Amino acid sequence: MNAHHSISRRAALTGGLATGFLLAFHLPLRAAVNEPVQPRDTTDGKFAPNAFIRVDESGHTVLIMPQVEMGQGTYTSISAVLAEELDADWSKVEVQHAPPDDKLYGNPTFGLQVTGNSNSIRAWWLPLRKAGATARAMLVQAAAAEWGVDPASCTTAKGEVAHAASGRRLAYGTLALAAQGQTPPKDAALKDPKDFVLIGQPLKRLDTPDKVNGKAIYGIDAILPGMKFATVAACPVFGGKVGKVDDSAAVKLPGVRKVVVLEDMVAVIGDHMWAAKKGLEALEIEWDEGPNAEITTKDVWDDLRKASRKDGAVAKSDGDIAKALASGDKFEAVYELPFLAHASMEPINATVHVKPDSCEIWTGTQIMTRVQSEAAKAAGLPIDKVIVNNHLLGGGFGRKLEPDMVVAAVKIAKQVDYPVKVVWTREEDIQHDVYRPVYRDEITASLVDGKVAGWKYKVAGSAVLARWLPPAFQKGIDIDAIDAAVDAPYDFANFHVEYVRAEPLSVPTGFWRGVGPNNNVFAVECAMDELARKAGKDPIAFRKSMLTKNPRMLAVLDQVAEKSGWGQKLPPRVGRGVCVQPSFASFIATVVEAEIDDIGAITLRRITSVVDTGIAVNPDTVKAQIEGGLIFGLTAALYGEITIDKGRVQQSNFHDYRMMRINETPKIEVIVVKSGEAPGGIGEAGVNAGPPALRNAIYAATGVALRRLPIDRKLLAAGKKA
Amino acid sequence: MHMATVLTINGETKSFDAPPEMPLLWVLRDILGMTGTKFGCGIAQCGACTVHVDGKAVRSCVLPVSAVENRAVTTIEHVGSTPAGAKVQKAWLDAEVIQCGYCQSGQIMSAAALLAATPNPDDSDIDAAMAGNICRCGTYVRIREAIKQAANGRQS
Repeated sequence: MNAHHSISRRAALTGGLATGFLLAFHLPLRAAVNEPVQPRDTTDGKFAPNAFIRVDESGHTVLIMPQVEMGQGTYTSISAVLAEELDADWSKVEVQHAPPDDKLYGNPTFGLQVTGNSNSIRAWWLPLRKAGATARAMLVQAAAAEWGVDPASCTTAKGEVAHAASGRRLAYGTLALAAQGQTPPKDAALKDPKDFVLIGQPLKRLDTPDKVNGKAIYGIDAILPGMKFATVAACPVFGGKVGKVDDSAAVKLPGVRKVVVLEDMVAVIGDHMWAAKKGLEALEIEWDEGPNAEITTKDVWDDLRKASRKDGAVAKSDGDIAKALASGDKFEAVYELPFLAHASMEPINATVHVKPDSCEIWTGTQIMTRVQSEAAKAAGLPIDKVIVNNHLLGGGFGRKLEPDMVVAAVKIAKQVDYPVKVVWTREEDIQHDVYRPVYRDEITASLVDGKVAGWKYKVAGSAVLARWLPPAFQKGIDIDAIDAAVDAPYDFANFHVEYVRAEPLSVPTGFWRGVGPNNNVFAVECAMDELARKAGKDPIAFRKSMLTKNPRMLAVLDQVAEKSGWGQKLPPRVGRGVCVQPSFASFIATVVEAEIDDIGAITLRRITSVVDTGIAVNPDTVKAQIEGGLIFGLTAALYGEITIDKGRVQQSNFHDYRMMRINETPKIEVIVVKSGEAPGGIGEAGVNAGPPALRNAIYAATGVALRRLPIDRKLLAAGKKA
Repeated sequence: MHMATVLTINGETKSFDAPPEMPLLWVLRDILGMTGTKFGCGIAQCGACTVHVDGKAVRSCVLPVSAVENRAVTTIEHVGSTPAGAKVQKAWLDAEVIQCGYCQSGQIMSAAALLAATPNPDDSDIDAAMAGNICRCGTYVRIREAIKQAANGRQS
């Protein structure tokens, strides 16, 4: 059955290639199933000038992706950057997932093969342009040698080298073998951006055609011959362990194959997920809950508030903050943000086959090499015996910057000799996340002549980076936790930022889409609105008066004011709120218009966002990321909060950890400014913008200055002031 | 031992062993290897598992397989062979709706069922038909636009 199954699947996949729906481009991504995605052989008729480009004798061009595709469109954008400088024939481009290899595919910013922090294009912009340009130069050299002409007299376009003077042309495929023998030039010239033909175009995404017909393969879709299915229950209390397990009823159920007891987790393996689930439900598990079994949300907050009374490590201090705060009109506010779960639509999963001398993994991860090395430890094998097959990710959002799910799956798979697909239920996914930390931000400021004279900002919260990349944690400063706080865009002459590391009681924390700036853009932009009101000024006019050294920010703010109808009259209890953000090297101004009814229910009416992200490699992708990021952030503002009782997460699925839905989504207009500056980051930026802009709209509509998220509707009923 | 279950899926007869209460989702994914239909929540809250039963959109994660014997099941792998499904798929690509894509099988199945029943849906029809489908990437604006494009048969 399994062999047959495998064959029929493969046949279906091949058929899919022929009958694909309006396919301009084919992605061989589904071929990843059952096959290691190592770069192809570099000999045998292929031009393989570097880790990213393979051209075979037919001209077929495979681009190997150092960053992972989790919806942000990076496979298409990275391909466009490579293909631009290569002058590839875009219609012959295919993409492949890269295998784990920090040396070849390590993100230049981190030195690790990691996708995060909205930096795929920022980090790879020059290295990939150089890779493409070098490969192009080698093809030109090969053609020039063939024709006996000066390489400088040759041009390239759409996968061909041409020599205008003689009218000769050679296709890249024809040149592949000869180009492979060429010496790569040390400094191949990059194109002048005015000559770009792919970069800056709203190219159709390479990954979407297979996503409309069920053919795209995510980690959770891996199928292997002889594979069984497992699901897990981890100790509901953080830090707790498995005590006793009675599996006598479970093992009698049809389809249940095996119960695996790990230190902090129990897994049931079955013939399918349903059998595994039923088996898990039939287990009697006694947990050794450990020291955290009484912790509540209140304990976490009491602890954080106490910790934040301390002075923090100074991240930045300009001017004389003590003197500045001693004069003028003083303002103090504290903003607090809750724990959040990631809730990617694709639940946590990993498929693993452990053999005596190897371990093979099929999953979707943002950290290929770390998954490989952590799996090797768990399997007790050398790293080179661990094969990791990456897949499309059904959302990442930072959760898949962790290897825990793969490590657990390896431990489970070690107990059997067949491949096991381990899939967590949504409940496990929500309750055993690494959570966006709780943060507490204190802002003390002074106003003189209607402008901010002194600005003191203290962030207190978890240092995710200190755990995740210890060398990056220096002198008590977590550069993620203060991101967008130290580089506030305004002209604050006396400016002081400090950070208090405060790890929440028992609750594991991690990166969450938007990362540090979520916290800081929220606090800064809420405070700016409150200060504007204190100064008796319009929120945009107030901001503009302090953006004199930031022309890009000023420009997007001016444009968003115009496009959003800022200043035009609104009905009662309808307000507009603005957010200006410096995050991820993009300049974004956003206006949210919202209505708050008499019982405090919120209706989003309209959102306008103006984005200067430098050169927009794919302007449509930039728009899409801002649209989606806004909704991701607004979902958190409207609903997002993970709470703890008895050491356990109280939410479990989408009924009590709510998401925005289509009926709550307003019109969103995103305007991408044309710019020649270096590309900025975009995948996370929209997330930062939504919450403060909505909060400020509510402030404008009701006069209520909310200082905590998620939004508490009870504070917004008619007649309330805060 | 169970009696073999027989289903008609995408016009083909499939016979397999499964407990009668087993949700159709897991039959499709884990027994038949049809992975286009996605698991998202298991409690009919997110719509990722949406398939058509006799043309109507249903959540396969809570639908016992015994309830669909002798009924026509259509999945994302085959919805392109229906007029509404093909229009929706085209509009989804024209409007470049998709990001991670994991929820989009379900979104497309819900949209195709909507258009088959209501060829010219207004915003409230779209809300009613699509509010059961969560998209964590937040593609809702484009989903609405694509449904309208599909309904109008507009070319991009």
